[in-house]
Amino acid sequence: MNRTDFAVAIGGENGQGIASTGDILARIFARRGFHLNAYNAYQSIIRGGHTFLTIRASEAPVGCVGDKIDVFIPLNQDTMDRHLHLLKTGACAIYDQEKVKPGRPADGVQLCPMPMKELIRGNKLAANTAALGATLQLLGIELDPLEAVVTRQFKKKGDAVVAENVAIARAGYDYAAQHFTAFPWKTPRGAKPLGVITGNQATAMGGAAAGVKFYAAYPMSPSTGVLMWMAAHARQLGIMVRQVEDEIGVMNMVIGAAHAGCRSMCATSGGGFALMSEAIGMAGMIETPIVCVDVQRGGPATGIPTKTEQGDLWQVLGAGQGDYPRIVVAPCNQLDLFHTIPELFNLCDQYQCPGLVLSDLLIGEGTSSIDPADLDFNVKIDRGELILPNGNGDALVPSSGYNDSTYLRFKNTESGISPRAVPGVPGHIFVAATDEHDEDGTLISDEFTNPHKRRLMVEKRARKMKALAQQITPPRLVGPENAAVTLVGWGSTQAVIREAVENLAGEEGIVANHLHIKWLAPFHAAEVSRVLSRSKQVIIVENNYSGQFARYLRSETGFDAQGHIRKYDGEPFMPHHIVEAVKEQLARKTRLSVPVHEVIA
Amino acid sequence: MNTVATPPEPATSPAAPKAKDVFKGRVHPDWCPGCGDFSVLAALQTALLELGLEPHQVCVVSGIGCSSNLPGFLNTYGMHTLHGRSLAVATGLKLANHGLKVICTGGDGDGYGIGGNHFLHTMRRNVNLTYIVMDNQIYGLTTGQVSPTSVKGMITKSTPYGSVENPINPIPLAIVGGATYVARAFSGKQRHMIEMMKGAIQHNGFALVDVFSPCVTYNKDNTYQWFNPRIKLLEDQGHDPTDLHRALDRGYQWGEEIPIGVFWRRTDLPTLEEQEPVLHTGEGPLAWRKLGIASDQAKALIQELL
Repeated sequence: MNRTDFAVAIGGENGQGIASTGDILARIFARRGFHLNAYNAYQSIIRGGHTFLTIRASEAPVGCVGDKIDVFIPLNQDTMDRHLHLLKTGACAIYDQEKVKPGRPADGVQLCPMPMKELIRGNKLAANTAALGATLQLLGIELDPLEAVVTRQFKKKGDAVVAENVAIARAGYDYAAQHFTAFPWKTPRGAKPLGVITGNQATAMGGAAAGVKFYAAYPMSPSTGVLMWMAAHARQLGIMVRQVEDEIGVMNMVIGAAHAGCRSMCATSGGGFALMSEAIGMAGMIETPIVCVDVQRGGPATGIPTKTEQGDLWQVLGAGQGDYPRIVVAPCNQLDLFHTIPELFNLCDQYQCPGLVLSDLLIGEGTSSIDPADLDFNVKIDRGELILPNGNGDALVPSSGYNDSTYLRFKNTESGISPRAVPGVPGHIFVAATDEHDEDGTLISDEFTNPHKRRLMVEKRARKMKALAQQITPPRLVGPENAAVTLVGWGSTQAVIREAVENLAGEEGIVANHLHIKWLAPFHAAEVSRVLSRSKQVIIVENNYSGQFARYLRSETGFDAQGHIRKYDGEPFMPHHIVEAVKEQLARKTRLSVPVHEVIA
Repeated sequence: MNTVATPPEPATSPAAPKAKDVFKGRVHPDWCPGCGDFSVLAALQTALLELGLEPHQVCVVSGIGCSSNLPGFLNTYGMHTLHGRSLAVATGLKLANHGLKVICTGGDGDGYGIGGNHFLHTMRRNVNLTYIVMDNQIYGLTTGQVSPTSVKGMITKSTPYGSVENPINPIPLAIVGGATYVARAFSGKQRHMIEMMKGAIQHNGFALVDVFSPCVTYNKDNTYQWFNPRIKLLEDQGHDPTDLHRALDRGYQWGEEIPIGVFWRRTDLPTLEEQEPVLHTGEGPLAWRKLGIASDQAKALIQELL
């Protein structure tokens, strides 16, 4: 191994403290300056079930959990039985020797049975802590940082709990030193300490940076983390946070607040988004900027609430009846979520339209290390042609006069953008109507449904997209232009595809390049067509059954990809899934690969 | 770029409209001749005028339906939103700018049918809104189907054999739902309705004014002629609107005598806005505040991740 890159996996029942153990480990790695990516495969029950958390840490940035497990901690028999056979030479399994019986591991896998009863001194929930101590020992990480991290994790439970957990971890550490063989390398230190962030936190923090003053939500997995962050920080940051009776109410409330002049946002998952659809059309019709994040999970209906999927693309593209301009963006990772939300708010304010974000469980609940220097809260804020009663000193817009009887809220301009006064501004009275309306807001149906005015207003709204399309960054081909294969993905799969491309080159000698799409609407059809027309073989990788992006690409460009790699079992892609699929497609064995997810049987 | 609205011109401006026309909208209502909603519109315009409000201080939010066209006929800020959603939109609007007078208008189908969930939750939150429901006990804009307040047995285009469902009674529902001002008015008694509206607009909390506003086209049962002899003013009967049980009793009354007036009022409960510290930082309405995160705050947020 030329760089230190390892993964620790902890599995057991929900309620066995897997998440907190994972948090402690992640923080120790990150504080050490190690990059990490963690993903928790869990079930929609609070106690019981099967939970499997993988934390991958590396000297170099990592965006997915990778292909292999180095330290395996099965907290129950079920986990041992499901996963042991996947360990490869050099890995180790740490378990309670009295509760869990190992099967037959592959050659070179170290079994590390621990006498947990002795080590945990009656604290039945502490086996994970003892295993954590042993893990650090095997990885060659000194115990010093543990105490600080355990204190952080358990400080609310009091000093006694902290002291007990530290002592148990120490006992595990010492036991491992005496009885097990550590890895032949020691985990080095990275350049500087890093933080740990989930995509939902990054989404909320991006909103805070953008100046969100109104956040509403209905709890829905896997988007609830955004609500929790917002609620926890509402008073400190001056944000109005509301939990609403349903997602219909959420979106309507968000639109009301946005119409008054607040930057307003909400997050939900596919089912909640479906309920919001009609109101998103209202935001389009009355030209009110809002931002809505769909943290996708597997559908349809209730679907798989705790599993990931990229299955809502067409729902978001088609949200609400009729034609209206909307922006759809699929950020690629946690940091990208943080940066995208403020950028999207600027676009929505400038173009007075809804902005829809496609996140998903993989990056929303997934954890990543983060360099604090990358979290710049001092973002550019551009509110477009907004007329507030107190303004900000810029009086150049001619329509800002008091009692300006010529004010037309929906004025037909060359750009399609009309200066937007908010209720409360003297002299700019108008009604914002969801019925088709004239430039002054009068319902067209109040006189008679005038076809010329209707056409004018449809075109005025649609025209806004032209300038917008120029303002967003087109996708860029990464890798050699004359590669044998071009992999195309969108949103959360960026890192895993990137790693598959590296592995194809490194392990298989296959030269691939990668085109990753972030901005979905408006779509960079010309740029994408130009890239793909030069590719030898194009394979689209996506986390859904029907190839939603492949269809969208075809609809926007006429381009029909030669191959597809799709996964819709609820679990994210691992790099080897893509590598193997590319190999079989280059060998012309199939044009559609559906990798089997081995880990959870 | 944001823009400053320049200061008001002196009131002597020759273009200044006469007081009675201040709240007149630029569009004439397209309701059927004789519709009860004309009276509601006139009463609201008079109430706003008598309360000394200016058009830009008020935003009227409606849903969809005949009566929900009202904001277009009124010279205030307005939002003509989606069917059933006026209260949710209005809540967001009010929280974003708690200095605005926010008044919701709509019909019985809009408010008690498709918007029923928002109605319940807006009441329990005690948002400082006025909700005027033009209750005609029928779906008018869709040409005459049964509504949530249509009486049992009513024959409509969607219940040709008579409705077998019990109607909602909005008065007791609002009282137990947490509304803090619950009144009923009748389009045939405009001066009384103006007083109901003024009380509602001045009330600090969620106020419902359910108005019998007859549909002269599609409801041949609950007509002016039907209501006129039955309507009795609570104010004439010495009703005490702070007596919960009497308020419920009078709210349930239907038949030969139907009371209108203020059924229920309480002033001891704080509004949602009053309980949200975020609105009371001395920085004015949320919507007008400076955006962005101070560097010390940003530092603290990042620290949490380390």
